[in-house]
Amino acid sequence: MSAESQTLPTDTAQVETQVPPRTEGEALLHARQLHTWFELRRWGIVRIGYVRAVDGVEFSLARGESVAFVGESGCGKSSLIRTLLGLHKPTEGDVIFEGRKLSERSRQERHEYRAKVGYVQQDPYGALPPFMSVRQILAEPLIVHGVRDRAERERRIRAALEEVRLSPPEEFLHKFPHMLSGGQQQRVVIARALILKPEMIVADEPVSMLDASVRIEILNLLRNIQRSHNLALVFITHDLSTVRYFAKRIFVMYAGKFVEEAPVDELIDHPQHPYTQALLTALPDPDPENAHRDTEVPGGEPPSLLNPPSGCRFHPRCPHAMQGLCDVEEPPLFEPRPQHHSACWLQRPEGEQPPKADPGATP
Amino acid sequence: MSNTPPVHPDASQQPRGDVLADDPSYAPRQSGAESAASGAAGETLLRVENMHLHYRTQRGVVRAVDGISFEMKRNEALVVLGESGCGKTSLTKALLRTLPRNVAHFSGKVTLAGEEISELSEEQFRRTVRWSRISMVMQAAMNALNPVVRVGEQVAEPLRVHNGWSREKSRERAAEVFHLVGLPADFLNRYPFELSGGMRQRAVLAMALVTDPLLVILDEPTSALDVLTQANIMNVLKRIKREMGTSFILITHDVATSSELADRVALMYAGQIVEDSPAQHYFTDPAHPYTKLLMASVPRLREVVEPEHIPGQPPSLLELPEGCRFADRCPSRHERCGANPELQSLPDNRKARCWLFTEEAQST
Amino acid sequence: MSRWREGFKQVRNYPSAILGLALIAFLFGLAAYTVVFLSFEEAELHWRGQEAVRQNPINAWPAWINAFGYDLPETMVLTSEEDATVERDGSELRIEFEFDYTYSDFPSEMALFLEAEFDERLPYARMRWHTPAGEVFPLGSRSVGAYERVSITQDSHLERFFYGKYPHVGLLSDPRHQNQAEILSDDVIPALGEIVAWVADDEQQVVTERLGEQFVLTEEEAQWVFEEVRALLAQGVDEQERLAAALQRRADELRATAEVLPGTYRIEILVDLMHTEEDAADVRATFVSYGLVHGVAGTDHMRRDLSVALMWGTPVALAFGLLAAVGTTITTLIIAAIGVWFGGIIDATIQRITEVNIILPLLPILVMIGTLYSTSIWLMLGVVILLGIFSASIKMYRAMLLPIRESPYIEAARAYGAGNFRIVFRYMIPRVLPVLIPSFVTLIPTYVFLEASLAVLGLGDPTLPTWGKLLHDAQEHGALEFGHYYWVLAPTVMLMLTGLGFAMFGFALDRIFNPRLRRI
Repeated sequence: MSAESQTLPTDTAQVETQVPPRTEGEALLHARQLHTWFELRRWGIVRIGYVRAVDGVEFSLARGESVAFVGESGCGKSSLIRTLLGLHKPTEGDVIFEGRKLSERSRQERHEYRAKVGYVQQDPYGALPPFMSVRQILAEPLIVHGVRDRAERERRIRAALEEVRLSPPEEFLHKFPHMLSGGQQQRVVIARALILKPEMIVADEPVSMLDASVRIEILNLLRNIQRSHNLALVFITHDLSTVRYFAKRIFVMYAGKFVEEAPVDELIDHPQHPYTQALLTALPDPDPENAHRDTEVPGGEPPSLLNPPSGCRFHPRCPHAMQGLCDVEEPPLFEPRPQHHSACWLQRPEGEQPPKADPGATP
Repeated sequence: MSNTPPVHPDASQQPRGDVLADDPSYAPRQSGAESAASGAAGETLLRVENMHLHYRTQRGVVRAVDGISFEMKRNEALVVLGESGCGKTSLTKALLRTLPRNVAHFSGKVTLAGEEISELSEEQFRRTVRWSRISMVMQAAMNALNPVVRVGEQVAEPLRVHNGWSREKSRERAAEVFHLVGLPADFLNRYPFELSGGMRQRAVLAMALVTDPLLVILDEPTSALDVLTQANIMNVLKRIKREMGTSFILITHDVATSSELADRVALMYAGQIVEDSPAQHYFTDPAHPYTKLLMASVPRLREVVEPEHIPGQPPSLLELPEGCRFADRCPSRHERCGANPELQSLPDNRKARCWLFTEEAQST
Repeated sequence: MSRWREGFKQVRNYPSAILGLALIAFLFGLAAYTVVFLSFEEAELHWRGQEAVRQNPINAWPAWINAFGYDLPETMVLTSEEDATVERDGSELRIEFEFDYTYSDFPSEMALFLEAEFDERLPYARMRWHTPAGEVFPLGSRSVGAYERVSITQDSHLERFFYGKYPHVGLLSDPRHQNQAEILSDDVIPALGEIVAWVADDEQQVVTERLGEQFVLTEEEAQWVFEEVRALLAQGVDEQERLAAALQRRADELRATAEVLPGTYRIEILVDLMHTEEDAADVRATFVSYGLVHGVAGTDHMRRDLSVALMWGTPVALAFGLLAAVGTTITTLIIAAIGVWFGGIIDATIQRITEVNIILPLLPILVMIGTLYSTSIWLMLGVVILLGIFSASIKMYRAMLLPIRESPYIEAARAYGAGNFRIVFRYMIPRVLPVLIPSFVTLIPTYVFLEASLAVLGLGDPTLPTWGKLLHDAQEHGALEFGHYYWVLAPTVMLMLTGLGFAMFGFALDRIFNPRLRRI
């Protein structure tokens, strides 16, 4: 942490002033100033830098609430969920679950936390060990969490299969992953995430590897389960069009940071941040006219997380970038519309002067 | 698609960056004699009649391509749409004759620009068709670049192999094509690992375009890419089609992306084409029941319509049903569906493989 | 597990796998049979040689050689209890063996074993040989102790009598050739001038009659003498001296000729027991005519039956191969998996040990241990496993396990709280087992061959009869120089069957379980 520690406090201060976190009492999960950096070493000894996969993320999630993280690959969203799942230790900041910091929990309490968070992965075939039958796969979390009684395990496995509409369970219990269709595999993955009766589900692009006709089925299933069990749901995707169906709020992530946050409809109908605008432009609805016009999206590539751009991390690709401001000063989260936050200098409140105002600068 | 966002007044003065202006301008085509657009637009470029490609496996014969016929015109983009396992990738293999060893049955008549290329011997096909007149961007091709050869050399390779050009000449052409796909010329000397995914995809596209083919087959060219990169690549394709008159066959499962390029859409299901319609009809008023359901299952960003899933699963290509292959999942199933319908011609240059559209059905 | 069941079902599609399995089944069947029906004590006793094998011939071919048009005699054992007429009259004991000898070849050796029970004085035995032609040859006489081996083959009197032929050959020979040789050297050559004159001048009838009268020959013999002499004259040998020399050569040739006289032979043993009371003394006799073939595998230079070593070699080889293969592959895999999962210093240490170990040559180390310390098979096995664990395959498994470590299902397992060892043993190792099994199967013969090579080099376990030991003995006693090909072939074939069986099965499994090699 030492290398960049001098810049961190300012960020923190700014963001915290802008978005007062919900009181931790009501939140199920609260991520406080989460940073997950990976050390990069040469020859295993000399540190040459940090990959700032998650760089100051703050959000909270109430019981039964569903949120979506949207971003392109390499924006750090996978590292973020791994940090939330406790698979990575945050370099700085805390994951607070039910009012207690993960880092302060004992080994046993951390183990219990794992039972309270279910994980649904992107590639259903890869997420299931190919050498285990559905029964073995679903028994594993139970065994790990000390359900010794065979009959009890069997009962819960069957219940979980029924829950994800793989019925009758007898038909699937002895099957191996390769004997199932993609949709059925993903249902098994969901059943595994549910079997420990979690409080929260983390779904990492749960339908991106599935065919269009199956996608909706799985999304509906996830939504129904989330509602009927009042689960908190963190849904990660790069495809905004699937978010609308069950997330309440969307967080748009770019280069390790949240750049915009708003309720779903608000965000899709009134995107504020230029990056969000570009994402929405690049996702057309099927329309024969699309073929006859170019999609106006910024070129370039997402920045390297090893050496992110100064100031606003989107400024090198941004059509509205203001020289002397965007490339120097990192924008805090403004609230241009109610409940709608955006980290862009364009959204700063009227009258407020930018720190180093230079509005006439050309992009 | 006017979603110009309400932006801060300060910023709204700024002209919105025209991303295309960043792209290099293109040198006029120098080798005009072999231009892809030399034929008049609107004339038939490719006609495929009754193509079959079956594989032998340990569990039986897989009928991946099972009687496919279609036609496409010059400077047209045909989208072959289909869910995974419907045989769309096998169709590209059949068109380019890059067949695996376990072929059980391969037949069909293919006419390219008036020449019946299905009659050519393997060697003639290799020399006169593959890559010189029909080229291809394979699925995940960007990850198939040779990691130890410079990108420029790999892009120029088809010219040296097929046209026997010198190193310098083919390199010049490669630079030209790099320009075309929006890659800086100095990338010619880089190695694949030095390029990002989007850049590699452009390089692969350049490799397909370098021989100035009549037809480029794109198999899921953007499926592994991010949303913005994907949109950029689609822009490049649109521009090449517009400016070079190249024809495309775009194979994809992604309905929304397919609309970015399509002039015509052919929807595949279980080894067959079930609907083949011009894009304006396909996306707005689909004919075949499967098309209707598939379009209804596509989540839309800007409309608050609940997408609906299609119940059931496509049949296995190992054991195809006797009758209509979609009958099991079809809401308008009736007694005639016990037999497999032919692809029926409909008004507006549309075709659908469904009993609902036979002449009798339409007259009554 | 269905994946295994499915995979093994596919074995049916590979003829080579079925053949391989059949060979493996044969080897395991043989090993099981050996262990059950041929106790190790018995085998060990046999393999020590000496008394246990006294009735086996030396360097005999396997009996099945006779199926290829040979008529080699088998060993014949006659005992006084079962195959002889025994008469006792006071202190006189008469044992008579009677047997038919019908082979066209002579046995390799003949011997009489005499065992006597007595109180004070040794019984005294005289032995005689009766031929079907009615000739009688004395086989000597001697006092009989508790146990005597009377080697007829080594009887020097008889040997001299038969002009240097082995006595057992002479005893079974047709006497005609001997007779003819004597007629030539005793009768014809001394009176050669006369006979040549007769043969040259007179009718055959007259000459043979005259020869018969002059030398007391039968008509047949006279006829033969006439033809021999006339044949020489017809060849233009007419000078007296040259003729005599030629006839002398012919006589020597005839003396050396030995042709079995088929018929019933008798051996008579007359024993003076030197005790008059019954029960005070007795003599038992065993006659052994050692054959040229023996059993299914033949015998070696120490009369040991090779089939004992071939049979006991099977369980030893399979056990060594299996234990070494199991010991190395399983531990290697576990160590590789632990290294991959924990990474860091553990992985680095495993890697460095492996790299050092790859450089170490296995065979020379084993030879060194064998010559300097001990050749016990258990020690060798231990060293083989120890050096085999950190072998190059650790690198291979590592390469296979690295992507598995990153696979989503492992991440899922971590997310629901599976511990390190559960991940290694329950999630990582089973994933690579299908690729491991074929290489495990093909590894077995490698260790079988390694054990055999040690034995060939003379570093085999001294107490165990093994295939490698057979090859070692064969090589040491010049089996190939002396034409004892069976001695080399049998263990070689067993080794090759082992290699072939496991290799064919293993490679087929590889094609089944290794998706990259799968036949489409």
